[in-house]
Amino acid sequence: MKVIGISPHRRHFLRAAVTAAPAVVLIAAAGVGMATNTPPAGAFKPRYFSPAEWETLSALVDRLIPASDEGPGALEAGAHEFIDLQMNTPYAHGGLWYMQAPFVASAPEFGYQFHMTPRELYRSGLAGLDAAVQKQFSKTFAQLDAAQRDEVISALEKGTFNIGEVPPATFFGQVLQNTKEGYFCDPQHGGNKDMAAWKMIGFPGARADYMDWVEQYGKKYPLPPVSII
Amino acid sequence: MSDTTMKPVDVVIIGFGWTGAIMAKELTEAGLNVLALERGEYRDTYPDGAYPKTLDELTYLQRSKLFQNLNKGSFTFRHATTGIAVPYRQIGAFKPGTGVGGAGLHWSGQHWRVLPEELKLRSHYESRYGKKFIPEGMSIQDFGVTYEELEPHFDFVEKVFGTSGQAYLVDGKVVGEGNPFEANRSSHYALPPQKVPYTAHLFQKAAKEAGLHPFVEPSANASQPYTNPYGCQMGPCNFCGFCSGFACYNYSKASPNVNIMPALRAVSNFELRSNCNVLRINLDSSKKKAIGVTYVTADGKTVDQPAELVIASTFAYNNAHLFLVSGIGKPYDPIANEGVVGRNIAYQTMSTVQMFFPLDTNTNPFIGAGGTGVAVDDYNGDHFDHGPLGFVGGSPAWCNPAGVKPISGIPVPSGTPSWGQGWKKAVKDSYLNTVSFDVHGANMVYRDCYVDLDPTYTDQFGQKLLRFTFDWKDNDIKMSQYVTGKMLDVAKAMNPTSINVSVKKLGDHLDLRNYQTTHWAGGTAMGTDRKISVLNRYLQSWDVYNVFAVGSSVFPVGIGYNPTGLATALAYWSAKAIREQYLKDPRPLVDA
Repeated sequence: MKVIGISPHRRHFLRAAVTAAPAVVLIAAAGVGMATNTPPAGAFKPRYFSPAEWETLSALVDRLIPASDEGPGALEAGAHEFIDLQMNTPYAHGGLWYMQAPFVASAPEFGYQFHMTPRELYRSGLAGLDAAVQKQFSKTFAQLDAAQRDEVISALEKGTFNIGEVPPATFFGQVLQNTKEGYFCDPQHGGNKDMAAWKMIGFPGARADYMDWVEQYGKKYPLPPVSII
Repeated sequence: MSDTTMKPVDVVIIGFGWTGAIMAKELTEAGLNVLALERGEYRDTYPDGAYPKTLDELTYLQRSKLFQNLNKGSFTFRHATTGIAVPYRQIGAFKPGTGVGGAGLHWSGQHWRVLPEELKLRSHYESRYGKKFIPEGMSIQDFGVTYEELEPHFDFVEKVFGTSGQAYLVDGKVVGEGNPFEANRSSHYALPPQKVPYTAHLFQKAAKEAGLHPFVEPSANASQPYTNPYGCQMGPCNFCGFCSGFACYNYSKASPNVNIMPALRAVSNFELRSNCNVLRINLDSSKKKAIGVTYVTADGKTVDQPAELVIASTFAYNNAHLFLVSGIGKPYDPIANEGVVGRNIAYQTMSTVQMFFPLDTNTNPFIGAGGTGVAVDDYNGDHFDHGPLGFVGGSPAWCNPAGVKPISGIPVPSGTPSWGQGWKKAVKDSYLNTVSFDVHGANMVYRDCYVDLDPTYTDQFGQKLLRFTFDWKDNDIKMSQYVTGKMLDVAKAMNPTSINVSVKKLGDHLDLRNYQTTHWAGGTAMGTDRKISVLNRYLQSWDVYNVFAVGSSVFPVGIGYNPTGLATALAYWSAKAIREQYLKDPRPLVDA
């Protein structure tokens, strides 16, 4: 089966670009074996996340959807850039959620009952994650190797890795949801760059007209995806 | 108290979804001055369904573009009368609408009638299985209207919606390969059945092999160009895959905006005010007559609107909220088992069967329409002998390719991790090679499942939120497990590589996290006995005779099918009673 996606060369370039920026992090990380590429002109500059938060967030999404020959990783798709852009929408300010107190801890079946908005959750959770990792590994999360990062993420998912005020599984759920959104969204939102995630799975995006295809049972749909941009 | 008092109108309609639009059309035809008040913004095919902007999964589904903004007000939930209710803070299990067209703008288009026995559920079960068959605490009752009385209205609604389908029985004669369990019809569907996408075709073939009776679902996604009795036009559905949660860009999915609004725009005795949130229905000093409503405008002004007749046509449970805050009818008390408003809240049971096939099967799940697919009714209602099974109710099952979009979740084989390389590979391998179908069943009503006003939480106007006390009961879980078990024979007949089955286990609680269905019903039940109903059989309040309520809130029990077909037929039934009986002599239409 034909592998659709980005060439290994381009993947390396993209990964270097996102993990290396911004420069201040690059200097701090240089001593521990991080890539030392110069950020290319026009590289994405996060508007909400601080340099330290950006490094941790990038390292997280990179493991949630890693790069491989099958298709783009979350960083290549720009999922982290999408998350930063989302932080300036009403959603991230809690504008779509019922946020009236009191906040009462209750059974998981009742859904989200935590008092933080997505912006607050990321701010507290990313700092808490780094502090907890520092304590256990004497490194930042981004400085861990892939296996160690996966181990930490699994513990977050299970709710067993304490990161301060935000319940670990709540933080994990928020980052995973937003990462998948950034991976598969229409490129107009800043993620799913080159529609590569759609190409990987065979989703035609906004074509939205299959009058002539609905009864062609079992045939592969021939057209590449389109975006609404 | 209010900032302004408006000029009186004959009729005020609260909420402009399907049933509000139908009432507006019927009552303007009767010559009345009709004002509709919609809490949300103005919406229409343009710009809300404009191509390509509307084809944006993130904005419409994950960021709830057409759904109720919970930040302004929500609901609270608890599983039992002894618990403390907490708010529904994020959209999850159900997706309430707001805005002109209501949930009728972003629904799927599954357009069903009702099974005749479900309109008389208690009497039917008692006569077939004996009174003892109905479990203690199950408060099922009859609607007080028969299928025969509603049939002309079902027929007309299908013509208004441009519904596509294959009839089975017309005037008592078998006319085609429709649903052999379907009740008699006075005419064919408005349009021929929709084309069948691949996954539904596979389901159809397998269901036949399993000895069942599959048929092409009735769909309010038009199969051909169509002009309805109001002169409103529809274009043929092109299976774009963006129905549920979206405004149809193609004028193919029936909505109040496409199928009724163009006709209302042409008459001078109709006015629609959007961004007008009705706080309450106002009563005179006798509390037996409404004098109008009070609403809040977008800029926060409070407005009194006098009216001779008030129609509550808000979404499902919201009618109960409106009655409770307005002091209409006695609130239900589950301990004393007295009172009626908020009683008999019903939801729907759901289970899903997902089948995975080898690479290059190309089921192309992005092709679809919300109301399209193939269904079986063999285990719906009382189409099978419940005697030895010991539960009430049933489930239709259908393979309804509505358009699988990637953020909402691509089915993956069970055991797949939720992230990382394993997840990514499973998503890539599964997306084009999956078939999924749902067992979408009835949920009975119970003495301790109801709604009332929450003591703690309020909405943007300081009004108490509606509190749900609700949980699954053994009866409904047993039913869902039984039907799902039968439907596994269909799944196996498709010969997949693997099968996922999600079905509730005994003891499972209502889970508000993941989407199930928005089909809540009840709270202002209709009926013939005012001790157990809020409305009489014409949907008129027993207590305040110039208030009528329409929508699925009037169902005294839950049903197996999606509720829109029944809710809209009942709206025409009520409108007929208003036009032919009430307007000549405004009074209670049934002696209490």
